[in-house]
Amino acid sequence: MKQIVPLFKREFLGYFRSPIAYVFLIVFLVVSAGLTFYLGRFFESRVASLETFFNLQPWIYTFFIAAVGMRLWSEERRSGTWELLLTLPIRTWEAVLGKFLAGWAFIALGIALTFPLLLTVAYLGNPDWGPLWTGYMGSMLMAGSFLAVCSFTSAITKNQVISFVISVVINLGLVFLGWSVFTELMSFLPLSWVDGLSNFSYTTHFVSFTRGLIVFKDLIFFLSLTFFSLLLTVIVLEH
Amino acid sequence: MIEVKSLYKKYGSIDAVNGISFKVNRGEILGFLGPNGAGKSTTMKMITGFVRPSSGTILVEGQDVQEHPVGIKEKIGYLPENGPVYGEMTVQEFLRFIAEIRGFRDPMEKEEKIDRVCDLCRLNSVRHQSIETLSKGFKQRVGFAQAVLHDPPVLIMDEPTDGLDPNQKKEVRKIIKAMAQDKAIILSTHILEEVGALCSRVIIIAKGALIADESPESLLERNRRFNALRIQVDGVDNKTVRNALRDLPEVSAVTLNDNYFEIFPKNKRAIEALVLKTLRDNNWLITHFEKAPVGLDEVFWELTA
Repeated sequence: MKQIVPLFKREFLGYFRSPIAYVFLIVFLVVSAGLTFYLGRFFESRVASLETFFNLQPWIYTFFIAAVGMRLWSEERRSGTWELLLTLPIRTWEAVLGKFLAGWAFIALGIALTFPLLLTVAYLGNPDWGPLWTGYMGSMLMAGSFLAVCSFTSAITKNQVISFVISVVINLGLVFLGWSVFTELMSFLPLSWVDGLSNFSYTTHFVSFTRGLIVFKDLIFFLSLTFFSLLLTVIVLEH
Repeated sequence: MIEVKSLYKKYGSIDAVNGISFKVNRGEILGFLGPNGAGKSTTMKMITGFVRPSSGTILVEGQDVQEHPVGIKEKIGYLPENGPVYGEMTVQEFLRFIAEIRGFRDPMEKEEKIDRVCDLCRLNSVRHQSIETLSKGFKQRVGFAQAVLHDPPVLIMDEPTDGLDPNQKKEVRKIIKAMAQDKAIILSTHILEEVGALCSRVIIIAKGALIADESPESLLERNRRFNALRIQVDGVDNKTVRNALRDLPEVSAVTLNDNYFEIFPKNKRAIEALVLKTLRDNNWLITHFEKAPVGLDEVFWELTA
């Protein structure tokens, strides 16, 4: 367990060894804020909440987290360093967890840097703080699940592009299942089926967080999706 | 130290390693020889716990690699093929990372370990450079430093001198030899001269099976020309010389190639004195006299082709 600390440190600082990290953070913030203001009509809604911001997050995460997560293992596989890493006295699950936590921390930093939006709603109106905090909490949890899926897809290939594409497909699928457009499209199916399908969606489980509710089954959804994706990563790496 | 018992590894229908057994003791440098794709790397990867064997056991200091993967990895220093390292880190950052993962948390102890390997592998001049900017020789030495940082009792190196220039090769061999006394070392190579220069024992693997396990000297004795002589004589016709030599009791065959006689002894015994005496007794003028050069190349070729 102690071995996770140096690995986490190396991985987390590793993001800042290249300019990509800064580019990523800036683009992420610009896109998050930009979409909230323009697509989400933040001002026109005249509501002091971040609901539009949160609603857009699953879509943004699909691409941005795939960009962070695509290199987690595929880069190590391509350069052969995974052989070095996995022959150090560290268990595979520790290595998987260490890398995942570092990536998650990096994304959490990106999410935390959206705080000017919080300040904006606080300045413009008198927001209900409950949904804001639970929204951020749910957002972090959801980001973890997105990243864990990327961890798995990056473990199955040496090629970062393939890893990116597969994780986008999987994560987009998991976003789609809960999207109203999709559920309407599926309305020819029995309602219970549609409900069942949308139960596998990020959006379905995220929405209560944005309304100020922490629902146990939503917590379980994100945590178990993260857990199983990481478990699959371990299994893939150990063959 | 290291004991490998009937090790098998199958990839689908391909037998990468096919029932290999051997032992390596402390103080030994074991050379793994074999054509590319013979199963050398796979065997090493199984000893380090990176690849899981299909069957068979590997004991390192009496402990099973499968049962104590982390405990074994603490005892092993491993330099994988092509010496992969995290290129974006500086040498110092990289070695600190390795030291921390290897459990050296105390800052004094950590720096001491890093100083030691930087001295040993002559990395002090590049300590603060990022690894990707270094030459291949330096990169390889960084990989090497990483492998010996914790002074492991077992050291496994997959082609440690591959891609280095002759000076760098010499340097790396010197480092390996210097540490050999108290370690069990396995290294793979396809450079035959390296085996003679470094190893106390050689294992030849071909198509996943072990076909020789002996000292480099005894491997040399397998050469067809071992203890054979190459001579040239002036002023007498070839036939006379050949007949005279062939009649010697210790000689099994005499051939003539490019004006040189090659004299093969019986049972590969030394015959210099006998042949020299015969030539002198006949008062023939010797213009060339040498032991036929023998290398491991021919032996290797005969065993693995």
